[in-house]
Amino acid sequence: MTGAAPGRPVTGATPSPVPVPDRSAQRSGGRAAVALVVLGAAALLLFALTVSTGSVVIGPARTLSALFGVGSPDPRLDLLVTDLRVPRAVTAALAGAALGTAGLLTQTLFRNPLAEPYVLGVSAGAGLGVALITTLGAAAGAAAFATGGLGAAPVPGGRLGMVGAAAIGAALVLGLVLLLSRFARSATALLLIGVMLGSAITAVVSLLLVWTDPDTAQQYLMWGLGSVSGVARSELPVLGVIVAGGLLAVLLLGKPLDGLLLGDDYARTAGVDVARVRLGVLVVAAVLAGTVTAFCGPIGFLGIAVPHLARMAVGTSRHRVLIPATALTGAVVGLACAIVAHPPGVGTVVPLNVVTSLVGAPVVIAVLLRSRRLGGGAW
Amino acid sequence: MVSGLVLSGLTVGYRAEGALRRGRAAPVLSGVDAAAGRGELTVLLGPNGAGKSTLLRTLAGLQPALGGSVTLDDADLLALRAPDRARRVGVVLTDRPDPGLLTGRDVVELGRLPHTGAGGVLGPADDAAVDTAIDAVRAGPLAGRPLARLSDGERQRMMVARALAQQPSLLLLDEPSAFLDVAARVALLGLLRRLAREQDLCVLLSTHDLELALRLADRAWLLDGAGGIVTGTPDELAACGAIGAAFDTDELVFDPGSGTFLLRAGAGA
Repeated sequence: MTGAAPGRPVTGATPSPVPVPDRSAQRSGGRAAVALVVLGAAALLLFALTVSTGSVVIGPARTLSALFGVGSPDPRLDLLVTDLRVPRAVTAALAGAALGTAGLLTQTLFRNPLAEPYVLGVSAGAGLGVALITTLGAAAGAAAFATGGLGAAPVPGGRLGMVGAAAIGAALVLGLVLLLSRFARSATALLLIGVMLGSAITAVVSLLLVWTDPDTAQQYLMWGLGSVSGVARSELPVLGVIVAGGLLAVLLLGKPLDGLLLGDDYARTAGVDVARVRLGVLVVAAVLAGTVTAFCGPIGFLGIAVPHLARMAVGTSRHRVLIPATALTGAVVGLACAIVAHPPGVGTVVPLNVVTSLVGAPVVIAVLLRSRRLGGGAW
Repeated sequence: MVSGLVLSGLTVGYRAEGALRRGRAAPVLSGVDAAAGRGELTVLLGPNGAGKSTLLRTLAGLQPALGGSVTLDDADLLALRAPDRARRVGVVLTDRPDPGLLTGRDVVELGRLPHTGAGGVLGPADDAAVDTAIDAVRAGPLAGRPLARLSDGERQRMMVARALAQQPSLLLLDEPSAFLDVAARVALLGLLRRLAREQDLCVLLSTHDLELALRLADRAWLLDGAGGIVTGTPDELAACGAIGAAFDTDELVFDPGSGTFLLRAGAGA
C-alpha cells in the first residue's frame, strides 16, 4: 500500500490504527483435518461392526479368517461374512456416501437447506419404474423369480430387472428435469419443477398400485422401505464403480460449487459458467441418488441430514473440505443405520427407512437445536 | 491508448424471453456515451427506475447488451469470455447472500476463482492477493470471523475485498451503501475513493446518496430517468442544472452552490 491516503475526514471512519493481522487466525484448516481423520476412523470402526453384528455375532478373528483365508475355515460363517455381511456393509457405506454428497450438491445448487436429491424427482422416477415392472409382471403372469430379499413374487428379469427398471425410471425423470431446466429462469423454479414432477409421478404410481393385486402392491411397498441387504456380491462392482465415479465428479465440481455459495450472480461475476455447472450438478446428483435408489430403494433422510452433520463436523461451507467430509459422514451414518436395522442377536430386520427416520431424524433435530450456529443463517 | 472504461452508443435493457418465444428487445437506455477513468471514483446517479442497475449489470456481464460497444483499457469488454472478464472486472452487488459457514477470509478467497486452476487450490500468489485485498479494506481483524456475524458495513467491506482479490482494473458496485448507516456509508465511499487512487482502479458505483456522492466523486454519470445521460464532474453537473432537472421535486430544489437540497420557499406551508 502506498501512503498516499487522502487526508479527508471520511477515511478516519475506518478503524485505525491498522492492527497487524494474524493470518493464522483467519484460517480454519486444523479443525477440518481433525474432523476428517475422526470421521475416517469412525467409518472403519462401524464397517467392522456392521460385518460382525447381525442375527449372529461374528468375532473379529473369525471375520478376518473368512476374508483372508487365515486360520481354520468355517464354511457356514465364512459364507455369511463374504456373501452377506461384507456386501451389506459396503452397500451401506456407499449408499450413505452417495446420498449424502448428492444432497450436498442439491443444497448448494438450490441454496436451500431442505433440498435433497429426491426433490429432483429421481426417487419418484425409480419408483415408477419399479411399480411398472412389478405390476406388468403380475399382469403378464411372468414366472421369473426374484432372487433378492424382496419376496418371491414374480418380477420380469428378477432382481436385476427391478434395478434396471428403477434406473431407467430415474434416468427418464432426470432427462425431463434437464430438459425443463433449460427453460427454468432460476434454481428455485427448477426446485419447484422437480417437486411438481415428483408428485405427478407418485400419483401415477398410486394409480398403478390401486389397479394391481395386493401381493404386487406389497412387493412395491417392500421396495419402498429401503434395504442395504439386497445387493448381491456380484452386483457390488456395478454399484461401487458408479458411486466412485460420481464422487470423483463431485470433487471436480468443488471449485464452481464454491462459486455458487454467494449466489448465481456473484458466481457469474467470478467467471463461473452457471448454466453448465447446474447441468453437471443435476446429472451427478441424479446419477448418484438414482443408482442407490435402484439398488436399495428410496432411502429417506440421508440426503438431507448428512450434509448438515458434515458441515457441523468441519465448520465450513468450502467444498474442498466439505465434499470428503460429507462422503465420510454419509458412510458413517449409512453403516450406523445398517447396524441398527440388523440388531445383534435378533433374527428380525428393521426396515431401513424406519431406522433412518425414527432414529435419525430425532438425532438430527437434537444436533440442529443444540448448534448455536443455526441462528447465523448457517446451513 | 484510452485507459479506463469507455461506453460508445451502448444500449441496455431486457429481451422479453419466454420458454417458447424470443421476444422483442425493450431498451432501458439507448446510445449511451460515457467514460470513467482509471484512478477515479465515478458515481452513477439517477432516480429509481432510470436504469442504473441495468447498466451496471450489463457492464458486469450479467445480462447481454442490446447494442453499442464497451471498452476497458482498449479491450472489448462485451466480447470477453466470462473468466477473462472476471480477471478484469470486480463486482459488488446489492443483494446480501446467505454466506453459510464462510468466514470473511473464505469469501475473499472466492475472489481468486478466476485465477486458480480447475482444482481451485490457492497458491502463494493467490494468498498474497487475498492478504492484500483484506488489508486494503482494513478488515484484517474481521477476516477470521464468520461472515454471518459481521455487521452490514463490515460485510460490505469483505465483499469489496472479494472483488479486489480478483485483481480487476474495473470495480463495479451496485448501490453498495443501500443497507448501511450514515457512518458506514461515509466510510465505504471514502474507502472506494482511496482504493481508486492507490490501486489505479476505475471505480464505478451507483448510489442514491446524492450529496455524499457529489462531494467525493471525481466524475458523475447522471441518468435523467427519461433515457438520457449527462456526464461530467460533479461541479459541472451541478452548475449546468442537470442535477436539479433530474431530482427536483415540488418540495425540494437542488442548490448548486452548497451541493445540497433546499426546501422550496413556500413548500409544505
